[in-house]
Amino acid sequence: MDFRLTKEQGELQDGMRALLAGRFGPERLRAAVAEPAPDRALWRELGAAGLFALRLPEADGGVGLGLPEAVLLFEETGRALLPGPLVACHLLAGRLDGVATGERLVGLAQAPGGPGLWEHPDECAELVVLPDRADGPVRVFRPDGAADAPRPSSVDPLTPLARVPEGGGRALPGPAVDVRRMRREAALLTAAQQLGSAARTVGKAVAYARVREQFGAPIGAFQAVKHLCAGMLVRAETARAAVYAAAVTESEDEVCAAKLLADDAAVRNARDCLQVHGGMGFTWEAEIHLHLKRAWWRAECWGGARETEERLAAGLLTG
Amino acid sequence: MDLTYTDEEEEFRAGLRRWLATALPTLPPPPDPHDWPGRRAYDTAWQRMLYDAGYAGLHWPADAGGRGATPTQHLIFLEESELAGAPYVGANFVGLLHAGPTLAAEGSAAQRARWLPPILRGDEIWCQGFSEPDAGSDLAALRTRAVRDGDDYVVTGSKIWTSHAEVADWCELLVRTDPDAPRHRGITWLALPMDAPGVTVRPLRTLAGSTEFAEVFLDEVRIPAAYRVGAENDGWRVTMVTLSFERGTAFVGEVVACRRVLGAVARTARENGRWDDAVLRRRLGRLAAEFTALWRLTQWNVSAAERGGGVPGAGASVFKLRYSHARQELYDAAAEVLGAGALDTDHEWVAARLSSLSYTIAAGTSQIQRNIVAERILGLPKGR
Repeated sequence: MDFRLTKEQGELQDGMRALLAGRFGPERLRAAVAEPAPDRALWRELGAAGLFALRLPEADGGVGLGLPEAVLLFEETGRALLPGPLVACHLLAGRLDGVATGERLVGLAQAPGGPGLWEHPDECAELVVLPDRADGPVRVFRPDGAADAPRPSSVDPLTPLARVPEGGGRALPGPAVDVRRMRREAALLTAAQQLGSAARTVGKAVAYARVREQFGAPIGAFQAVKHLCAGMLVRAETARAAVYAAAVTESEDEVCAAKLLADDAAVRNARDCLQVHGGMGFTWEAEIHLHLKRAWWRAECWGGARETEERLAAGLLTG
Repeated sequence: MDLTYTDEEEEFRAGLRRWLATALPTLPPPPDPHDWPGRRAYDTAWQRMLYDAGYAGLHWPADAGGRGATPTQHLIFLEESELAGAPYVGANFVGLLHAGPTLAAEGSAAQRARWLPPILRGDEIWCQGFSEPDAGSDLAALRTRAVRDGDDYVVTGSKIWTSHAEVADWCELLVRTDPDAPRHRGITWLALPMDAPGVTVRPLRTLAGSTEFAEVFLDEVRIPAAYRVGAENDGWRVTMVTLSFERGTAFVGEVVACRRVLGAVARTARENGRWDDAVLRRRLGRLAAEFTALWRLTQWNVSAAERGGGVPGAGASVFKLRYSHARQELYDAAAEVLGAGALDTDHEWVAARLSSLSYTIAAGTSQIQRNIVAERILGLPKGR
């Protein structure tokens, strides 16, 4: 047993971190608040870097890697707070044209049972809706028609939302989708993004606590602040163990545990990061609220706390 | 990221399972929890069985009489022992997990030969004399005084929270030998024979009603200088060598046990109707996630120990903070399921609920652990 990352896995993750640091740093993030549409050139770069085709067979132009590697890359997209339907494009690469290369963006949503919302409706060429039952029909929509439908004013400025259409659409072409598996993987990749965000907000809180001085000392020297930061790391590292393990085992229960703990880590770490920043944390200018708001959105996707906790509880009786 | 065990590790597991299956049925019934001599006899008899089967000191280096097992093998040993219902390390705790490894790392050849084999065989029991009434979290404030007199040290002071003191043969004792030196540089490590004149043990009753630990009073106790491990005034370093020798395995058996208890709590709730309460179900569901993650975090830390490097003991602090809280939550949830039954201390979950209260205090309070995480892992400045 060696649960830690292999050298290759570490390099893969470092590569994605470097790519995103160069192409989607804090300034680009701030600019995206006003213009949240994903940067198409960056999207194609991500396609070229293999983010979408990562798990497709090499014979089909994919990278031929597995879920653990996908989780490591998605952790980085969460750390950078990269907007866009990343999970959808990863899971639908190879099924819908132009997605694997990053040429086209597509959406993925779950029918009733989920939030009933999907992200970046104006940017996606197609929307795939998974049924709530594993044997139900998978439907595909061209979202043009839905453009006129009323839209919620999304809490996350980087994630425009629209309601998932009820009924209609056409059947997804190609071989049958393993719906349970796709939902499970969507939950896990979303959890990986939450993990990245949770780790990022620990880093931001610690960096600020080291330099911000009050009462003649860095605030990080005060236990009241120090202990908040320690608690954040504990949340992130516990979630990390759960997320990585679920990527290895692909067990339904472990994915539930990973989603629950990563949601919790992302939301609560963003809150604590905000608290450590004091008044600055409450401003629009600081990026912390963007982590919190995205974490709220992701927490609603692919299994919220109520659904996940009930599933885990049911598992206690059978397991 | 590999969670599969190697062929060698699986072989080790299979051999251990076979042995446990034959050894455990030969054990006598466990003694009454309040019968400390009986508990000592039971725990040491089990240690002797482990010794005869070649499992004693599994994680000790081979040149100290151990098996030099890898952290992963140690994890497997603890997991399988718990799954099979084997006795816990019990009264052998300090000898096997702290005093022994300290002697193995810092003792002279003669000291290792004198003290290590009896620990492995279960012939001698050790206890720990570190904390004092005025030196708890701030251990370096300890004041028990040792003055050199010829070939002996003369020791006066008192120790507290000393587990198994009543039945121990030896005590790993931290004393102050130089009151004028900076706090950490005036401390010495001595092996105290518990039957030496001037040693008085007074049991302390815990809120759980148990007398598992004691105060130890030392009144001009003579300890031969030959019982000193490491140099005079170097005791802090000698002690920390072992404290930082954390392989992430400290709570392996307990996490396995907690997962089993959680399942039993859920089934009990289903039988007594409390399962109909969604708030309770969700609480148990969250605990399921918690203990799943804690098991994986254990494997993560053990893998880190196996590779070496990193901040020693860092992962252990993260784990302990999360686990000690989760354990308390588990038994609080169990109490909710039991309802009025949670007022009966004869129920094992009630006893466990009471003892769980020590987890955020013992072996470094949660507040001290947060300081460690913040300062040693996150690099925040020291301060108050």
